[in-house]
Amino acid sequence: MTHLEDRFEQHSPKPEGVSAKVAAVDEIQVKTPVEVCGMGHRMKRKEDPRFIQGKGNYVDDVKLPGMLYMDIVRSPYAHAKIVSIDDSEALATPGVLAVIKGEDLKAAGNLHWMPTLMSDTQMVLPIDKVIYYAQEVCAVVATERYIAADAIEKIVVEYEPLDAVVDPHEAMKDKVIVRDDKEKQTNHIWHWEAGDEQATDKVFAEAAHVVEQKMYLPRLHVSSIETCGMVANYNKVTEHMQIYMTSQAPHAHRTVFALVSGLPEHKIQIISPDIGGGFGGKVPVYPGYVVCAVASLLTGAPVKWIEDRSENLQADSFARDYHIDAKMACDAEGRITGLKVKTLADCGAADAAANPSKFPAGLYSICTGSYDMKAAHVEVDGVYTTKPPGGVAYRCSFRVTEAVHMIERMTDIMAREVGTDPAEFRRKNFIRDFPYKSPTGWEYDSGNYEGALDKAMQSIGYDELRREQAEKRERGELMGIGISSFTEVVGAGPSRDYDILGIKMFDSAEIRIHPTGKAIARFGTKSQGQGHETTYAQIIAEELGLPAADVQVEEGDTDTAPYGLGTYASRSTPTAGAAGAMAARKIKAKAKKIAAYLLEVGEDDLEWNISQFQVKGSPEQAKTIQEIAFAAYTNHPPGMEAGLEATDYYDPPNLTFPFGSYICVVDIDKGTGEVKVRRFVAIDDCGHIINPMIVEGQIEGGLTMGLAPALFEEIVYDENGQNLTGTFADYLLPTAVESPKWETGHTITPSPHHPLGAKGVGESPTVGAPPAIVNAVVDALAHLGVKHLEIPITPEKVWKVLREAGVTD
Amino acid sequence: MIPGQFDYHAPTTLDEALSLLGHHSGAKILAGGQSLIPAMRFRLAQPEVLIDINGLGDLDYIREQDGHLAIGAMTRESALEASTVVQSRYPLLADTARVIADPLVRNLATVGGNLAHADPANDHPATMLAYGAEIVATGPKGSRRIAIDDFFTGLFENSLGDNEILTEIRIPAPGSGSGGAYIKTERKVGDYAISAVAVQLAMDGDRVGTVRIGLTNVSPVPMRAVGAEAAASRSVLSDEVLEAAGQAAAAECEPSADLRGSVAYKRDLTRVLVKRALRRAAERAAGGAS
Amino acid sequence: MSRHKITMTVNDVEVTREIESRNLLVHFIREDLSLTGTPIGCDTTSCGACTVLVNGRAIKSCTMFAVQANGATIETIEGVAQNGDLHPLQQGFWEKHGLQCGYCTPGMIMSAKHLLAENPNPSEEEIRWGISGNLCRCTGYNKIVEAIRYAADKLAEGDGEGTEETSA
Repeated sequence: MTHLEDRFEQHSPKPEGVSAKVAAVDEIQVKTPVEVCGMGHRMKRKEDPRFIQGKGNYVDDVKLPGMLYMDIVRSPYAHAKIVSIDDSEALATPGVLAVIKGEDLKAAGNLHWMPTLMSDTQMVLPIDKVIYYAQEVCAVVATERYIAADAIEKIVVEYEPLDAVVDPHEAMKDKVIVRDDKEKQTNHIWHWEAGDEQATDKVFAEAAHVVEQKMYLPRLHVSSIETCGMVANYNKVTEHMQIYMTSQAPHAHRTVFALVSGLPEHKIQIISPDIGGGFGGKVPVYPGYVVCAVASLLTGAPVKWIEDRSENLQADSFARDYHIDAKMACDAEGRITGLKVKTLADCGAADAAANPSKFPAGLYSICTGSYDMKAAHVEVDGVYTTKPPGGVAYRCSFRVTEAVHMIERMTDIMAREVGTDPAEFRRKNFIRDFPYKSPTGWEYDSGNYEGALDKAMQSIGYDELRREQAEKRERGELMGIGISSFTEVVGAGPSRDYDILGIKMFDSAEIRIHPTGKAIARFGTKSQGQGHETTYAQIIAEELGLPAADVQVEEGDTDTAPYGLGTYASRSTPTAGAAGAMAARKIKAKAKKIAAYLLEVGEDDLEWNISQFQVKGSPEQAKTIQEIAFAAYTNHPPGMEAGLEATDYYDPPNLTFPFGSYICVVDIDKGTGEVKVRRFVAIDDCGHIINPMIVEGQIEGGLTMGLAPALFEEIVYDENGQNLTGTFADYLLPTAVESPKWETGHTITPSPHHPLGAKGVGESPTVGAPPAIVNAVVDALAHLGVKHLEIPITPEKVWKVLREAGVTD
Repeated sequence: MIPGQFDYHAPTTLDEALSLLGHHSGAKILAGGQSLIPAMRFRLAQPEVLIDINGLGDLDYIREQDGHLAIGAMTRESALEASTVVQSRYPLLADTARVIADPLVRNLATVGGNLAHADPANDHPATMLAYGAEIVATGPKGSRRIAIDDFFTGLFENSLGDNEILTEIRIPAPGSGSGGAYIKTERKVGDYAISAVAVQLAMDGDRVGTVRIGLTNVSPVPMRAVGAEAAASRSVLSDEVLEAAGQAAAAECEPSADLRGSVAYKRDLTRVLVKRALRRAAERAAGGAS
Repeated sequence: MSRHKITMTVNDVEVTREIESRNLLVHFIREDLSLTGTPIGCDTTSCGACTVLVNGRAIKSCTMFAVQANGATIETIEGVAQNGDLHPLQQGFWEKHGLQCGYCTPGMIMSAKHLLAENPNPSEEEIRWGISGNLCRCTGYNKIVEAIRYAADKLAEGDGEGTEETSA
């Protein structure tokens, strides 16, 4: 088994000083019996029977009578004027019903442009020019998928190529203007700062050590195995628009559709059915969705549009693409004192990131990480280039990965500068007192960074590995050990600061308990594999004592679920999970009144025990939640409303700050430059754990998605802006062979403000893993003078530094 | 990604297949389809006629006879992995079969298709060059044998006539003291090689007797590393000899830069892999693995 | 463009349809037979989401024409459970949390079914290589490996449904 808990407990002596504390908080709380399956139970997932039998229902599985198919013509240029579009041959093809062009959308009410989630604008279909490779140019609607595919080959578009601008540093020179539709003829979009510049300059002036490193976090693509797609079904008689859509945020999308199209919001129903992975890529509204909906409006028939993989990789929203210049200051005692960061954010052809409105660079200013320092200053500039728009997460919370990569690399670089082991250096600089106010304005809710690091070091046998490394180095073998002690920031977020297009980032739950004690619970989020149907049921089981098996969880249908902002940025448990607990508590309050009535005692005489209210001192006098539910419909107190249900819209008081310590061991082939991850221990702390099995799964999956950018994945463009990695043959997702056997474990430091003490976990590993891997590779090569390597660390990059250092095989 | 339209024929005999090939000038042979069908889905290949030879079950065999291993053109790659004779007597081929694409692709992909595609990125060309294999081509007038050295004529081009079908591959049975190895560096499972090296040698005492070396994906046409062969031939495989062979291969290969690596990297990687493959082949020869 | 009348046995049911020569097997299964449990994930024979068994062998159904399967025996994820009993692989994926979004799961299960038919007692390494034609973006593979190992053990105990490869 890969879970470390048992091994750790049995074989690892606990270090002086931390043992009691760590051991005390490691145990997963289980308060309910297995029949109830509340928090802490490894409950098998309720959603799985349909998936393991091929009965999932993804968008491409939706088939409606009379359904038409849409396919899209895309630009072969990154930047070009459109001279003409000749669709005559396509329209003459039997089975082709329509070709939709930019002009058609304009005529339909200026639908050729749409707002992005960052209040920028983005073309739906172009009229004058295209501004990125694979941009949607026009769409064909046909009776069959194959006919639509044939028809797009018959559309002749004449282009006049313009210069592309692929590098954001070049773009800042404004020689090629990407967005000539804008009033200001510049590629510079925004400038954003956090922290105190003067205070930071002061600590740098006084520093004993300053290190600087430029680093690039390349463009990535989330590459969920299901691409994006839609079935739009407009009924011209009822004027009802039913949309099946690969959406991580169906409610927000409904509002955007209403605002853009002018259709009344109550006539739009968005159904996000089973989703084959999201990771942030199904948060934005893509042009294809809009065109598909318009196609249904025009034809009055259901229209299906499913991206193929190349369209998905080439045109859908990217992640990362941050060019970072970081400086760190440290005093003579080896304490980090300050951090200065300048960053160029390549936004592509529109700022279509999915950040909260006030945060154009997301939560990037969390970049002081797990370390206590006096001052920090962060600047980010957003810039247009002729590349696809985006800036979504890649299984991360709003640019936290970029921040963590930078600080964990800088910490290693500084540790080497001052000549301290990277573990010791981290330990010396950890934040210890919580809540902690960071120099860039964050209030960390809770943490025990040393506990996680200690556990990771013991689990992997850190000291022994260092000895092995020294021996191997003597023999000319290359082995490295890398650490990442990251802090995440998830659960956006409090309404005072967090909104998407003005809509506050609360989330919601509605629970109805039926007379026989079974329940339905609906949430404003939308699972894409996270297991909400199970986790949320367990939360309700924990609170109300109803067996989790008796709670049906539903999400994703905007006609039935309460309004919520959706699932991304590890926000579901911190927001909707909390809403579920709060709604359950409202129900419990009413249940108590009913129980008091039934037992003919005062409410103060009652106490709660797992699944029943019982009279204090005489527990045999009790009413179970099921009995209370029945009474709520059959025998409720006079003057009280019947029924047992509640809704909660939860506005979190703060974000939550999960953290962890990861240690990676790599071996490097000095002949080929190949890096092999030999071991990887991940100790995560996400507060109280609802379902340990699901948490392990989230962490293991996130680790592979952290391995991917560290060693394999990158979207590459040539100088003309053409995507060179537009298929899975070149955009390299790790298989089970490249992905090592992950070793996971946890500490538990509850969030003080979350009703369940939980924090959110799905993305921590994606955030924390890449710097651990890079730090390990650099560690293996450090004696050769290597200070930094850019990701992905390809065999060639390693080979190059080896040969430059005169190492060969 | 939908293929264009085509006419489809599924002959059940070789004669029928050859006759169809003679009648349709725009026809392509469909074997395993694992390269052709993706190309058709991208409409990079748009054949008017497909002649599916999957029905020619008598082209699916692996048998050792008359001093060679005969492999029917329609033998699936996975059959090589499962073949006792391949695993025990043809380690170079066994090595190769394990690293072609991925297990699902290998369940359909064929040895004949891999070679007939004449893609220098495919793995069998280098292996068959190292073995000094022969290709059996069958046309309307019967069969002929083509030495593997004469088979690859250009990028995706081979010396099969328009009316011919590749029907068999013959690998000379290794004598005693023989050994072989295929070593491939790939970015991940399923990718083409950054570089890969196939070595087949026969030891003569502690010296290399004969040796042939094939290279994968470092030239526009599948190639032998004859310079490296010359450096290793008749020599004890000392570190110096291995290095000389590796350097010769690095110099004679003709890689192009792509996402897998620069020209310099691919050359040096080829040097390293030649050394390792020679060493492993020699170890196997010494170990009696033939 | 030629059209063809094809007959095959899919999940123990004989089906006959007339199709275009270029119909991909995966589209035939999904659209013509409405067996939507076999999804599509890429265009380059890379992801394995569409894996089905053709005559007992796991293949990517996006890289085979339906017409090629004329006369074949095909098994899709919908045919894996027998008489309402989950196959040990399905049990394993459920027990060991071998899936998250579920999109790669049918392909993984079909690949694993072929793997276990060929190698009933695979090592972890052999399992990892055996499913290396299938991409999963959610799980990090640990629990998929455990799920397949679970099934191997169950099948070895002999109380599983899938001990016989009826489709081979």
